[in-house]
Amino acid sequence: MNDHDSLAHERPQKGSVPPAEGNGHEAPYDWESLRAKLSAATGRKYWRSLDELADSEGFRAFLEAEFPREASLLDAVGRRQFLQLMGASLGLAGLSACTKQPLERIYPYVKPPEEVIPGKPLFFATTLPLAGIGRGVLVESHSGRPTKVEGNPDHPASLGATDIYAQADILTLYDPDRSQTPRFAGVIRPWAAFVAAAQASYEQQKAKRGAGLRILSESVTSPSLVAMLEALLREMPEARWHRYQPVNRDAVHAGTRLAFGEVLDPVYRLERAQVVVSIEADLLGPNPTGVRYAREYARTRRVDDGNAKMSRWYAVEAVPSLTGAVADHRLALRPSEIEGFVRALAAALGLPVAPPAGAQKYAAWVQALAKDLKANRGRSLVALGETLSPQAQALAWAINESLGNLGQTVELIEPLEARAEESHLDSLRALVADMQAGRVEVLLVLGANPVYTAPADLAFAQALEKVPLRIHWGLYQDETAQLCHWHVPAAHVLESWGDLRAYDGTVSLIQPLIAPLYEGKTAHELLAAFSDKPSRTAYDMVRDYWKGVWGEAGFEERWRRALHDGVVAGSAAEGKSVRVGPQATQGLAPLAPAQGLELVVRPDPTVYDGRYANNGWLQELPKPLTKLTWDNAAYLAPSTAERLGLHNGDVVEIRVEDRVTRAPVWIQPGQAAETVAVHLGYGRTQAGRVGSNVGFNAYTLCSSRAFWNATGVELRKVGKGYRFACTQDHFSLEGRDIVRKGTLEQYRHDPSLAPHGHGEGEHGELPSMYPPYPYEGYAWAMSIDLNACIGCGACTIACVAENNIAVVGKDQVARGREMHWIRVDRYYEGDWEAPEFVHQPIPCQQCENAPCELVCPVNATVHTAEGLNDMVYNRCVGTKYCSNNCPYKVRRFNFYLYQDWNSESLKALRNPDVTVRSRGVMEKCTYCVQRINEARITAKREGRQIRDGEILTACQQVCPTEAIVFGNMNDPNSRVARLRSLPRKYQLLAELNTRPRTTYLAAVRNPNPELMPGKGHA
Amino acid sequence: MSAPARDLGPIIGPGHTFETVTDKIAAVVLSETRRGWMLGFGVSFVLLTIFLQCVAVLLVRGIGIWGINIPVGWGFDIINFVWWIGIGHAGTLISAILLLFRQTWRTSINRFAEAMTLFAVACAGLYPVLHLGRPWLFYWLLPYPNTMALWPNFRSPLMWDVFAVSTYATVSALFWFVGLIPDLATLRDRSPSRAGRIIYGILAMGWRGSAKHWNRYETAYLLLAGLSTPLVVSVHSVVSFDFAVGIIPGWHATIFPPYFVAGAIYAGFAMVLTLTIPLRKYYGLEDFITMRHINYMARVMLATGLVVAYGYLMEVFMAWYSGNEFEAFMVKNRLTGPYATLYFALILTNVIIPQLLWFHRVRTNIPLLFCVAMSINIGMWLERYVIIVVSLHRDFLPSSWGMYAGTVFDYGTFFGTIGLFLTLMFLFIRLLPMISIFEMRTLLPEAKVKEGHA
Repeated sequence: MNDHDSLAHERPQKGSVPPAEGNGHEAPYDWESLRAKLSAATGRKYWRSLDELADSEGFRAFLEAEFPREASLLDAVGRRQFLQLMGASLGLAGLSACTKQPLERIYPYVKPPEEVIPGKPLFFATTLPLAGIGRGVLVESHSGRPTKVEGNPDHPASLGATDIYAQADILTLYDPDRSQTPRFAGVIRPWAAFVAAAQASYEQQKAKRGAGLRILSESVTSPSLVAMLEALLREMPEARWHRYQPVNRDAVHAGTRLAFGEVLDPVYRLERAQVVVSIEADLLGPNPTGVRYAREYARTRRVDDGNAKMSRWYAVEAVPSLTGAVADHRLALRPSEIEGFVRALAAALGLPVAPPAGAQKYAAWVQALAKDLKANRGRSLVALGETLSPQAQALAWAINESLGNLGQTVELIEPLEARAEESHLDSLRALVADMQAGRVEVLLVLGANPVYTAPADLAFAQALEKVPLRIHWGLYQDETAQLCHWHVPAAHVLESWGDLRAYDGTVSLIQPLIAPLYEGKTAHELLAAFSDKPSRTAYDMVRDYWKGVWGEAGFEERWRRALHDGVVAGSAAEGKSVRVGPQATQGLAPLAPAQGLELVVRPDPTVYDGRYANNGWLQELPKPLTKLTWDNAAYLAPSTAERLGLHNGDVVEIRVEDRVTRAPVWIQPGQAAETVAVHLGYGRTQAGRVGSNVGFNAYTLCSSRAFWNATGVELRKVGKGYRFACTQDHFSLEGRDIVRKGTLEQYRHDPSLAPHGHGEGEHGELPSMYPPYPYEGYAWAMSIDLNACIGCGACTIACVAENNIAVVGKDQVARGREMHWIRVDRYYEGDWEAPEFVHQPIPCQQCENAPCELVCPVNATVHTAEGLNDMVYNRCVGTKYCSNNCPYKVRRFNFYLYQDWNSESLKALRNPDVTVRSRGVMEKCTYCVQRINEARITAKREGRQIRDGEILTACQQVCPTEAIVFGNMNDPNSRVARLRSLPRKYQLLAELNTRPRTTYLAAVRNPNPELMPGKGHA
Repeated sequence: MSAPARDLGPIIGPGHTFETVTDKIAAVVLSETRRGWMLGFGVSFVLLTIFLQCVAVLLVRGIGIWGINIPVGWGFDIINFVWWIGIGHAGTLISAILLLFRQTWRTSINRFAEAMTLFAVACAGLYPVLHLGRPWLFYWLLPYPNTMALWPNFRSPLMWDVFAVSTYATVSALFWFVGLIPDLATLRDRSPSRAGRIIYGILAMGWRGSAKHWNRYETAYLLLAGLSTPLVVSVHSVVSFDFAVGIIPGWHATIFPPYFVAGAIYAGFAMVLTLTIPLRKYYGLEDFITMRHINYMARVMLATGLVVAYGYLMEVFMAWYSGNEFEAFMVKNRLTGPYATLYFALILTNVIIPQLLWFHRVRTNIPLLFCVAMSINIGMWLERYVIIVVSLHRDFLPSSWGMYAGTVFDYGTFFGTIGLFLTLMFLFIRLLPMISIFEMRTLLPEAKVKEGHA
């Protein structure tokens, strides 16, 4: 039964005839003949699945499709050549179609769509998921195409800022590697064919109450999707819904169940906390709550305006995290010791827990911490990360309760995720068992990629092959899609209707910014195919769900309000009043003594669990603390590396029980000794041209018993000379006055925090040969508060998105040619094993006496009357003299044609207000001059001055901690003018007399006086 | 004064007459092509081809094929530019300044040195164009009237470079050509072939050797010498401004102009020696380029080399004396940083080895002197590497520090321009008299007799 009616979709290179709508899998096996085949075979004959044995048509086609078809094109130049070749072949293909086309008339707008003015962007509120949890955003749309994500100030998880993932989502939308059509066994099929197959399967399963149907999703917080799934399960009570994603809240949920008797999600109120202890909880890090918590962190750290109450943060962790890097005190412990640390802290706070052996190592630390916590009852918080055991989590709740923090600095709400009672790993384990036992006839994989992300010991892929009908829905034809019969492309979230819940339970709607670019479908639509109403649209389904919740009366108004605002008002979850039971502190299992090397597995700081692996912006964004790009590594503490005789770039074989992988070594100061840290998200084989075959796959080291940590790790050096692409090779300040930093005590004594001999007041304005230029109108300036900066890198990626900055690839980064206009420098201070971290974002300093302008022979970089240092790309001939002469090295050069001028989909991505630079020209931060000009036009039209705060630069807008402030320094009432008058303000390299418009505010830390050096502990 | 004057030998070998001088020098041009010349030319031409290939790849793909990056935005391109420009300086010094100082010993080497100047400037001039991100727009650096009503930035040292180098190239070419005219007439008269007579005839511009011609020639030549003289100082001073005007520690130093000029003369004489030593041997010109010449050139090298060494010393001293932490670090980084080997190689080749020139025995030992000259050639290249790369790779903010290494295209382009230089040099030797015939004749005793009567 051939399907020749869809000629356009047929792949000419395929030899085999595509089978019709998935029969051959739905057709019941001819058991008799199978048995005959087996018995007829002589010798040992292996077979992997019933399909193979049956040697079905579909299986053969599937087998052909299973092998990877896209070569990795990691090198940007290679990719470009690939695209050029593709472009040429497409052009030739066009030539062959030189026949007369039918007459088709096009018409201009007679009545233009409402509110669409060419050149004026519109903003729409929507919601982006991370690990299933929503973050509200506003998306900029130019003539109907989304180009930039901004935070939604009304959304509690955003407050106007976003994280790196939200910024990068826009690139994923336009990723040319996204899956574009439904496929069966690798062959392009129409959506209708899938619906028919799904309906057949649905009818079949309905007949047996869904006994063979399994659904595997990631965390689902969408109320309407949960309702659909639950309805499906009501209809087919024997079907099962499994959930799995590698970064989940299993331990937190188990911990709350142990402590409170019910599964809960914590919501921290950090703005009320005076003392925060983060134990492996990367509160400020890349997770769905990071942006909100970072904002609250920064608010409690303000020292100006006479605010004496600066919060104090402690961090205990194995691997440096963003939170640990900015904490006032950081204690690096091995994972096996951290469990003991929680007990020691509990004991010090008077809970009935025995402190573990070995606690004397940090006894002074714990004592000082306990004292500080006790002094701040109800205003303190002990937060535990998702990688610690349920027992430790429960103990932390007991600590918090004893400190009176419950309901004050932390609230506990109903779990955001549906069916949180069952942990993800248990859920996946049950699915694998069912698959192994042959109980699964139809598996519907909703977005998850378990073939790649499942712990190695579950052997998910082998079990999967026993399922007769496997359906995958996802953005990419990823590893799981390769092993599934059907693949349905997911609509990107910016193409979808839907809804999500934020970290505090707030519901917000997802509305599409653009019609699906390809044949993508939303999860709702996919599930509808498994219902009796397969053709319902996601829009109808989401609306109908909320109509059911809100009622008909006033629905339209409420719906529009929710869409417009990006939040459903008043939908935040109520904090529950709960009590910690005695079991939290009782029956604690004895701790195994720490011995041998320990493995620490963490999600990657940029590509997360691997879902962003094909996102070039995130691949090229330097990891906040190591500044590596395009790679993961086996991170080692300096002392451990020294003991093992390993250096950066050595390749080691990591062995944990029977699980082995090879990884290059990177030495990370501040990591706990005797640990090996690896990041997930790399080593993908089917990510796309950007993310495939980059780094190594750390999932191969994970086990389902203990996903995040393992002991008894063996390292063996097997090679050397691995080439990393690190954007910052040197980490020491060399004693230079570059980052000013001091303690709260020092700040009170001398608010300038300037080192001796460097106070700006000491020599005032340096003389200049040239007469001063009078800046009479606006004088743009930027202030960057190093006290607020947590080094997350969101500014870098927001700048990439706003300013059409090219991705150059690993090889070019390794050659020192990355293009980021704003970089975040990270320096280490002090001891290698326990350094202090400092972050410093560096955009163009927009010097008034700009060294770059003087030396450009063609006047390609010139000064404006408002003090901007402009770059005229058209005039630039590329001498690079300006970059050589820039003391801040913020200029970036197009050594090759870095921009991808060929990929069609990427053309729609670009900001139309910013020039796309070509080969051979210099570029750099412009203070987002396009935004300045837009505000200028608006203000002029309205006959007024530009208001303070009207212009937000991209880096400022995205910053979760409001560290960057931009404005007119000629206006004494502007925020930037006030910040420039603070004593903490300083100019970078002021002694060069460049007179930068970008100024910095010194960082203030609030260490515990009892833990200060000289008190017997560092 | 008290030391006994050492006999340095004559500036022209004994027993020569007007005729033998003319015969000997013109024969190099007018005789059959020798096999050794063919070999040398062939090798040079292969190198030139490599250069052309590197340039083709550069134009197609972009300057990313080189090793430059951020922070090291200039690498082999500007190193080679400065190196070639420096080499050219000896020619101008010999022909112009020594002429004005009436140093008659310059006569036998000036033609050759001037040709070297021209070809070195030609090689040097390629780099500022090729090093552009968009080399096809190099003319934007010129102040030409244009519809955009845009002028170049006259504050930029690169702009000054354009003027300095183009003026230098023009004046050097004129000076060289004017000096050639009487000899071109000699070749016209002696050429056995008709084509030679026509071509040399056109180039000789109707020179008949009349008293009036000689009078005008002498005036023009002196004027051009006067014009060239400031260029000896100005060109490399301006080139040094590329760095001295910059803000980077290791560049921003007032000592740069004199130190660069001395370095240029140093490098130039080394190159003249490198080329003359094999040539005089091969063509048997020991009578014209005598030990006295070689000795003098070695002395000039010693003197300028000491100025350069003083420059190195002053850089180190000022780093300490200024109390500037960045300057101090720059010196420390040169001495102990990742490129320290290169710095010590520079000191060895450019300061220590040339101290051998204090010894008369070394100055008159041709193979040894050749080795010293080669050492200086290498040392001067290393000097530019240290100034450009080692200063740029670690400047103010440690976060932006980086490393630099030339790629195969960097080396290909460098050796390629050596090929271009040698190709031009071989053509020059074959087609034009490499020693000024008529000036050599004035050195003969016969010429002296007529003095006072002219």
